[in-house]
Amino acid sequence: MTVSDVFTRCAAQGRGALVGYLPAGFPTVDGSVDLISAMVDGGCDLVEVGIPYSDPVMDGPTIQAAAETALRAGVRLRDVFTVVERVAAAGGSAVVMTYYNPVLRYGVDAFARDLAAAGGLGVITPDLIPDEADEWLAASTAHGLDRIFLVAPSSTEERIASTVAACTGFVYATSIMGVTGARDSVADVAPEIVARTRPHTRLPIGVGLGVRSGEQAAQVASFADAVIVGSAFVSAATDRGTDGVHDLAAELADGVRRAGVPAPA
Amino acid sequence: MASSTGVKPSDGVANRSGHEPDERGHFGRYGGRFVPEALVAALDELAAAYEKARHDDEFLGELDRLHRDYTGRPSPLTDAPKLGEHAGGARILLKREDLNHTGSHKINNVLGQALLTKRMGKKRVIAETGAGQHGVATATACALLDLECVVYMGEVDTARQALNVARMRLLGATVIPVRTGSRTLKDAINEALRDWVTNVDSTHYLLGTVAGPHPFPVMVRDFHRVIGMEAREQVLERTGRLPDVVAACVGGGSNAIGIFHAFIDDPSVRLIGFEPGGDGIETGRHGATLAEGSPGALHGAMSYLLQDEDGQTSESYSISAGLDYPGVGPEHALLKDIGRAEYQPVTDAEAMEAFALLSRTEGIIPAIESAHAVAGAVRLGRELGPDATILVNVSGRGDKDVDTAAKWFGMIAEGESAEDADGTAIADGGRA
Ligand SMILES: Cc1ncc(COP(=O)(O)O)c(C=O)c1O
Repeated sequence: MTVSDVFTRCAAQGRGALVGYLPAGFPTVDGSVDLISAMVDGGCDLVEVGIPYSDPVMDGPTIQAAAETALRAGVRLRDVFTVVERVAAAGGSAVVMTYYNPVLRYGVDAFARDLAAAGGLGVITPDLIPDEADEWLAASTAHGLDRIFLVAPSSTEERIASTVAACTGFVYATSIMGVTGARDSVADVAPEIVARTRPHTRLPIGVGLGVRSGEQAAQVASFADAVIVGSAFVSAATDRGTDGVHDLAAELADGVRRAGVPAPA
Repeated sequence: MASSTGVKPSDGVANRSGHEPDERGHFGRYGGRFVPEALVAALDELAAAYEKARHDDEFLGELDRLHRDYTGRPSPLTDAPKLGEHAGGARILLKREDLNHTGSHKINNVLGQALLTKRMGKKRVIAETGAGQHGVATATACALLDLECVVYMGEVDTARQALNVARMRLLGATVIPVRTGSRTLKDAINEALRDWVTNVDSTHYLLGTVAGPHPFPVMVRDFHRVIGMEAREQVLERTGRLPDVVAACVGGGSNAIGIFHAFIDDPSVRLIGFEPGGDGIETGRHGATLAEGSPGALHGAMSYLLQDEDGQTSESYSISAGLDYPGVGPEHALLKDIGRAEYQPVTDAEAMEAFALLSRTEGIIPAIESAHAVAGAVRLGRELGPDATILVNVSGRGDKDVDTAAKWFGMIAEGESAEDADGTAIADGGRA
């Protein structure tokens, strides 16, 4: 299984993909495996396993608090490999979402090696741009991992082109200017950044930041190839544990199915 | 009587130093941009605006005019013979950045960036602050230039630098206490970055030190190069030779790089940065990033940082809010690696002793940050002896720290007012 296989399978069903995020070690290592498994059972096609980090500048209060909980409970970097391994063994498809310094500290090549060995498919890097990523480009290639960089509404045409050229698997489009956190409505700029990215790549484009309901998921799936949901899963886990996560995944998966595939550009 | 002379603040901006990063902001392996893609456009815009301004006589002239008429530059060089008696008889010369308007070197950078903000057509400025000196300078420039100002400050720091919080509010700024993480400067920078990612169209992030993503480390340095350029002339004029040592405190590293830079090509001059040793390196409670840290990426740049085995940032500690930071600017990381500058820790206790010593011997109350450099100079003077000349950057004044000092020296007992406190406490060296 590769990230590309996940998207192909969804497309064969005439729909986009649902991608769910939860941090490893939140609230404990075992607890996070249960929550992520519930997310997969509920209908997530791909999971993003987050690495809790002390200085998450792209995250709003919800994910910050989850990271703090995990770190206080003593989560270690190597635990992410355990979580990925167990999710993969249960039939889930997992990528890792991480700030760059933990990877640097572990050793970029060693990190890629150990993640691939655990069955991870790739890495999303919110604070690493391709301009600074030589070491990661080499390591991800060497160990067969997908590398998912981000494009943003503020990205120029030129930067969108160079960023997607460095991506494999899919492209992550941040739909709004801002940090993570569930929002009431899907931002107007979301369709625009997807439309600006399309001409530069044949990779699927996922949209994240702010989605929390089935209705929003359907709306996003009407123009993007994947709907990425993070803070809403963290809140669901906090409020109602595995049941909450399962129910939210089911609602979002239903929204994604309702939308069908995006009209060709 | 030319006390510093031909040097203009804009010289450090208009003229290349000969020690430039590559075009993407790398100082050797350090620096660069480890940021979300969402910020890249704003950083490119800033770099372009700065590059244009560097060649624009109107910008340079306005910077010089403000620094002359508003900041009060050039800042003087003061001989400190009585301090020297406590420093092995060495000649100690103080570069008086404490006499700048707003009370520290921070204004050098702030006025430059505030003028750039106007030129970029942005109306809102955000800043982080530790000791509050950068926040005060930013609030001041925003009042002067009609910009909206929001300052993020860790809750630990709003408590220990309460006077500066009041100053910022008087100047019309909004001060937002930050309650996440260690609730100090590191977390204030995180919050400022989150604000910037959200409001980047309307907002300039007026970063207060030579850290962060390119172009901040090079741009902030250039705005501070005036410190060393003036001081080099003043020392030559006063003593007829170069100093043996240039000493500065290092938090993010802006006052240090500002005074070091003019001496980098003078191989006889030792450049020594004094980092906060807190309770002592051996206790683990310190902020000695260069002496004790390791390379990594934090707050947008590759540099040294204090981190654990997993790359989680460690909490720093210092009595000095302005030095209490687990990161440092990338150019210092390079200067350390190539051996051009040295970095040594100074503990809280040593810094406070120097704080009192400079106050009593020379009638100058330094910022606790700057007291780290004074302590370092005293230590070096004792090593080097009476033939040595040591140039010390007094980066700021200590008014903001009087409360902390009064508590440290037991000058104000619980429930007592300052007037009836026992003034002999310092002379006794006593910490009640
Ligand atoms: C007076 C003074 N000196 C030094 C510093 C430390 O900053 P830097 O290392 O950037 O000069 C501060 C920071 O608040 C300060 O207020």
